Amino acid sequence: MADATTTRQGPRKAHRPAVNLHVIGPLVALAALVIVGVLLNPNFLSYGNVTNVLARSAFIGIIAVGMTFVITSGGLDLSVGSMAAFIAGLMILVMNALVPTLGAGWPVILVGMAAALVFGFLAGLGNGLLITRARIEAFIVTLGSMGIFRSLITWLADGGTLSLNFQVRDVYRPVYYGGILGISWPIIVFLVVAVAGEIVMRHTAFGRHCAAIGSNEQVARYSAVHVERVRLATYVILGMLVGLATIMYVPRLGSASSATGVLWELEAIAAVIIGGTVLKGGFGRVWGTVVGVLILNLIQNILNLTDLVSPYLNGAIQGVIIVLAVVLQRQKKAL
Amino acid sequence: MAAPAASAASNPVAAPVLALAGVGRAFGPVEVLFDIDFDLKAGEVHALIGENGAGKSTLMKIMAGYLAPTRGEVLLDGAPVTFASSEEAEERGIVLIHQEFNLARQLSVEQNIFLGRELKRGPFLDHRAMRERALALLAELETPVDPAAIVADISVPEKQMVEIAKALSRRARVIIMDEPTAVLTRKEAEVLFRQIERLRAAGTAILYTSHKLDEVARLADRVTVLRDGRHVVTAPRGALSEDAMAEAMVGRELSHLFPPKVEPAPGPPVLAVESFSVEGFAEDVSFTLARGEVLGFAGLVGSGRTELMEGLVGLRPARGRVTLAGRPVRIRSLEEARRAGIAYLTEDRKERGLLLGQPMRPNLTLLALARFGCFLIDRKAEERALDKAIAEFDIRAPTRDIPVGNLSGGNQQKLLLAKTMLAEPDIVIIDEPTRGIDIGTKQQIYGFVQRLAAAGKSIILVSSEMAEIIGLATRVCVMRAGRLAGVVSGADINEDTIVRLAMGLEARRVEGNG
Repeated sequence: MADATTTRQGPRKAHRPAVNLHVIGPLVALAALVIVGVLLNPNFLSYGNVTNVLARSAFIGIIAVGMTFVITSGGLDLSVGSMAAFIAGLMILVMNALVPTLGAGWPVILVGMAAALVFGFLAGLGNGLLITRARIEAFIVTLGSMGIFRSLITWLADGGTLSLNFQVRDVYRPVYYGGILGISWPIIVFLVVAVAGEIVMRHTAFGRHCAAIGSNEQVARYSAVHVERVRLATYVILGMLVGLATIMYVPRLGSASSATGVLWELEAIAAVIIGGTVLKGGFGRVWGTVVGVLILNLIQNILNLTDLVSPYLNGAIQGVIIVLAVVLQRQKKAL
Repeated sequence: MAAPAASAASNPVAAPVLALAGVGRAFGPVEVLFDIDFDLKAGEVHALIGENGAGKSTLMKIMAGYLAPTRGEVLLDGAPVTFASSEEAEERGIVLIHQEFNLARQLSVEQNIFLGRELKRGPFLDHRAMRERALALLAELETPVDPAAIVADISVPEKQMVEIAKALSRRARVIIMDEPTAVLTRKEAEVLFRQIERLRAAGTAILYTSHKLDEVARLADRVTVLRDGRHVVTAPRGALSEDAMAEAMVGRELSHLFPPKVEPAPGPPVLAVESFSVEGFAEDVSFTLARGEVLGFAGLVGSGRTELMEGLVGLRPARGRVTLAGRPVRIRSLEEARRAGIAYLTEDRKERGLLLGQPMRPNLTLLALARFGCFLIDRKAEERALDKAIAEFDIRAPTRDIPVGNLSGGNQQKLLLAKTMLAEPDIVIIDEPTRGIDIGTKQQIYGFVQRLAAAGKSIILVSSEMAEIIGLATRVCVMRAGRLAGVVSGADINEDTIVRLAMGLEARRVEGNG
């Protein structure tokens, strides 16, 4: 009855609102923030400020793309902030230890980068195996590993700060501060990760399987989806993206301490939710996550540039936005 | 089309407790109910029947305060009322018992019965009084379930009884039952029928819906038929035969519910299963399946049929020998089963079959996604597959992108069938294909099954509906308590033989090779 379907399609479509608030909401919020920013400070759209905001967004952004997959498949990872700090610490220790043998040059940095990815892989694998094999709630597992990673970095730094060898630091600096065609590396990496994430989410079986598992694990299981394997993969991917974000982060300050990456997990989760991904899983949108990250960072940026509201209230404003985003999701569901 | 209701003909004394006058309901631009007059009287069972999508659910929801009518009025004791919510309707003594139960799964039976209306002594819960009251209610309902048991752990019929106990504890004047027997065995249904009769005698007004017309004929004092959102007829007991009801529902004659059976061509079996066991559910089961055959699996609910099939396709750990087209195989996962050409169509389309929140396209291709591109999914090919499925299985949806949870049960089942067939299996295991769907769609699904068999696919049909097994299968395996009680074929495929085997009244030699 193909014709019955198509004929009934016409009138129904016409009655639907022309814009879907759920889709366009985050974009409207982003546009509004940009307008507010321009009105409050003429330097807002300057090259320097835009680059600054985007580069700062990159760390959380790269992690949030991975978080989108985890949340879409019905999971959660609270450990990413501590994991980033822990990986940063290990990476610095590895590089410092290798300076005497390899010299303070690119070989050391490349080994350090590889180490960051391997540690990220292992951390994600650990989380994922506990969740899928030992069948412990993701919330509990990652709450636990959050504490473990945070404690380990504090211990490694002996309560203080781990500093990267100064010569290595000079060589490594361009990875954060440099770039090509005036676009800094963190922004490029973020862009590549985001585009790849969007394609994987929307156009591959993996993305489809994540959404299927998040909407109903049983249905996925009965449709020959390897539920455990896919969920494990989401945590491993997230772990490696945390490693990647750390690679971009370490050259910025050249150090790691127990204060590194604090509350990153909340910002990453918030960005995912603001972007329209459903917290309970089943629907994910990588481009939305990117918009969510930008919204959160723009708020901070605007507060820093203007003196209308104290920058100390940044957290409060972000909190309001997160709650609002979820309220909007709820309303869409109720309709 | 709206014929006047044969109002009050059956019982001129009683005034309606709850009535609808000229009620219509639209969802956005789509009208689903037109100008309905309907009433329920104290001490009567009023059956409401119609195909899926005829508007029964909407009508029930309007009566129970879940939905407001867009036109017309709801009358309680003759006075117009507007229920702000289902809670308010419950407050006034109108309770809807959902097909998918409204119970808090992690709470105990007793806590559920008194949920929101806990008995208290001062500010504290009166546990003893609630326990005693719960026990008394459950005893009345002949349900030997422990009030302290957690609802998630009790069986489906027990949950149903808990729902009814909950309604009774609220002193319901009107009970609206949405297909209560869809999930019950015959024996369990009998208990329910006794309760319904008891409630009727006590003066409760009962709205009863079911797809099982024999139940309707037996229970109902009046029957109302809906079709396409319109009132077709309301008739007193005995005025409509079961055939007449079916015809009024469908609007056409249903002379051939089942297509003619086709005996499979002789040849080696495509599937041979020997001493197959699924721990705790099925023990030492052996059977064969021929090309183009429809092999029925009958038995009581809980006899291990579903678990056996799930073991066969790798969803449960199992042991035993499985031979596919002469080659021994080991199937450890659904993916391996799919590659071996076996597909399993689950009995639970809502919880295991379909992603209710997603549209048709991702649902259709989920099982066979590997066929739509190796890395990137080919959306155009998916759309073409959906076009084909919609045409081939006559799936009727208002738009292509509505969540499949909004489709009627029949259309969901057709979509599930299309999804399964997209994996191009040679052997299809279909578990309860017509549970909770209307008679017109049933007929279509029987036609599909027969066509698949005629096209050379082999089909295992698991069903608790005796008529279905008898009407479709050329051989029937009867299971009892996890074991194969017997295999019947030819003239032996009749209700008497199958029931006797299923109940363990008759032992029959199990065929070795069919």
